[in-house]
Amino acid sequence: MEKAILIVAVLTGVGLIFGFILAYANKKFALEVNPLIHIVEDVLPKGQCGACGYAGCMAYAEAVVLNAEVPPNLCIPGKDPVAKAVAELTGKKAAEMEPRIAQVRCAGSNEKAVIAYGYRGIEDCVAASLLFGGQKVCKHGCLGLGTCVKNCPFGALTMSETGLPVVDAEKCTGCGVCQGACPKGVIQMVPIGARVRVNCNSKDKGAIARKACTAACIACTLCMKECPHGAIKMENNLAVVDVKICKEQCSEQKCLVKCPTKAIGSVVKGGSSGTEKAADCS
Amino acid sequence: MARSFRGGVHPDDQKRYTAAKAIEVAPLPDKVVIPTRQHIGAPCLPIVKVGDLVKKGQVIAEAQAFVASPVHASISGKVASIGEYPHPVFGFCQAITIENDGADEWVEGLPLNRDWRSMDSNEIKEIIHQAGIVGMGGATFPTHVKLAPPQEKPIDTFILNGAECEPYLTADHRVMLEYAERVITGMLITMKVLAVKQGYIGIEENKPDALSVMRQAAEDSGIKVVALKTKYPQGAEKTLIKVIADREVPSGGLPMDVGVVVQNVGTVVAVADAVEKGLPLIERVTTVTGGAIAEPKNLLLRIGMTFAQAIELAGGFKEEPAKLIMGGPMMGMAQCSVDIPVIKGTSGILALSQADINEGEERPCIRCGRCVDACPMGLVPSMLSILGERGLYEAAKEQYDLLDCVECGSCVYTCPAKRNIVHYVKLSKARNAALTAKK
Repeated sequence: MEKAILIVAVLTGVGLIFGFILAYANKKFALEVNPLIHIVEDVLPKGQCGACGYAGCMAYAEAVVLNAEVPPNLCIPGKDPVAKAVAELTGKKAAEMEPRIAQVRCAGSNEKAVIAYGYRGIEDCVAASLLFGGQKVCKHGCLGLGTCVKNCPFGALTMSETGLPVVDAEKCTGCGVCQGACPKGVIQMVPIGARVRVNCNSKDKGAIARKACTAACIACTLCMKECPHGAIKMENNLAVVDVKICKEQCSEQKCLVKCPTKAIGSVVKGGSSGTEKAADCS
Repeated sequence: MARSFRGGVHPDDQKRYTAAKAIEVAPLPDKVVIPTRQHIGAPCLPIVKVGDLVKKGQVIAEAQAFVASPVHASISGKVASIGEYPHPVFGFCQAITIENDGADEWVEGLPLNRDWRSMDSNEIKEIIHQAGIVGMGGATFPTHVKLAPPQEKPIDTFILNGAECEPYLTADHRVMLEYAERVITGMLITMKVLAVKQGYIGIEENKPDALSVMRQAAEDSGIKVVALKTKYPQGAEKTLIKVIADREVPSGGLPMDVGVVVQNVGTVVAVADAVEKGLPLIERVTTVTGGAIAEPKNLLLRIGMTFAQAIELAGGFKEEPAKLIMGGPMMGMAQCSVDIPVIKGTSGILALSQADINEGEERPCIRCGRCVDACPMGLVPSMLSILGERGLYEAAKEQYDLLDCVECGSCVYTCPAKRNIVHYVKLSKARNAALTAKK
């Protein structure tokens, strides 16, 4: 019994001594940190996505508080509310932010895209693209091995059964990590609110694109001719929509009607909260 | 006692299909497709137009940089088209299609009859450049660049690589047996350009006939023929230097850093033809083999013939090939079509049947260490694959000497978990290159 009391007493004593030393050291050697940094960090979404250009949320908080030239609206996932809050805390002015979302510019699913060879290597799009640009005949389309899905810091991407990634509009913050991870440049960040989207990334001429995939944009220019506002242009054998004109001036979506491959699709309205789907335009 | 190196593996050499078969000259094809880029380095610019008539040996695409090699017409005929065409290494590449006129006429003035002993080193180097000669072992590095080391790196040893350690391939073996004199002449010319006195020919022990033929041909020339242990990758440049000259190429260095230049036997034969007869590189010996090929053969093919034509000459497929490879099974490039041109680096066309390959699902590394024992470069392949799998590409480069990997595939051959180690290495190298380019 006496031994037990002794043990407890000694351990308590040791604990107390070290406790006091630590408490003293904490006060004596405390680092002066601007408390604002922690407050700003609390406001940030903490996805650690790096879309702001800094190595994580803490690094950005430090930069935005300590450096007068760092703008308060760099946090893309946080969108307008975070930008405003950071601006208020740091006494800076925040410019208006346009919310954006990831768009997978490829409709070449397993059924639609022609396969050039059976790929049996590492499950990674970059690894597959080292072998003649990937297993599909189309050298611009999604390879479907999910490098974007693995890299999304917000879990907003899932690989569908058809072999194409699907963006969850509620979870996608528009940080752009997937855009950088995709070796084919299939994923692009687009402003929320666009009415139509071209779901193809092929820069090949029409005949070649058509042979490689039945869902390809063949640059037939029908959508361009149908659009009364001049919002669609052809660049590198691919239709490109000027989102600003499309968003502000159009209400009829005439461009969708004649597309022979349904490469251009409507976006069901719903802004940032609704589920984004490319609806059938017929 | 044959010499050897640390590491390596002993795959079945599979050379019995073609080792005893003499080189067969392939009949002329109806057309050839000649890529403008058949070397490591900058692409060439076509200097002919569609509809032009060209002769055999005429330059059709000119080099635009020092590290580049011109491309010549391999048959006489009419330029039918110039455009993108599948390429065995780069996927797609600009290529010039020539329709055969059947005349098979040399460009005016060829062939010549010159005496190389009266030429000076720079003259020979220029001839080698203009003849479009590249490393024919498969790496296709322009030969004139290798023969022009900077002044501060004196070369004292020349090694001729006749190891041919890749299973299945017998092209170099047959070249040594049938063109022994040409090999020695080409080697002496190359040694003259480099002004070196010490010359070695390294040949694996599984080719005793080549060893004796070369020994006989090399008599009185001062060249030593060295028997090497049959082990893969005996013919890799760095292991060959270690074995023959007992020098170690430093990490990140080149053979010239230790005063050595290595060339393939096919390359020096091309050098001899170019210097003595003025003939550019327009044909090469290629082994067409594998379990899916009806009659495996060694063929002398014109550059630009398609794989389909070459396979047809070897009796076609006797069964559906499970894998088509350009080069050997260890380091060759997998192909997805037979409509691909033969290029200067096509040492073999390999069509493997399902029974030839040992495939299985990739599983986690069990850290048995077999790959570490097999690695001829003294790396830790298991860690390279694990870091590649986890996306830690920079750590692989900085802590595990990723860039020293020669991608010989010994680790993959020996791995019981069937890990795609070389693929992870290639991926990590590509990612690191992209990161460096970004910075």
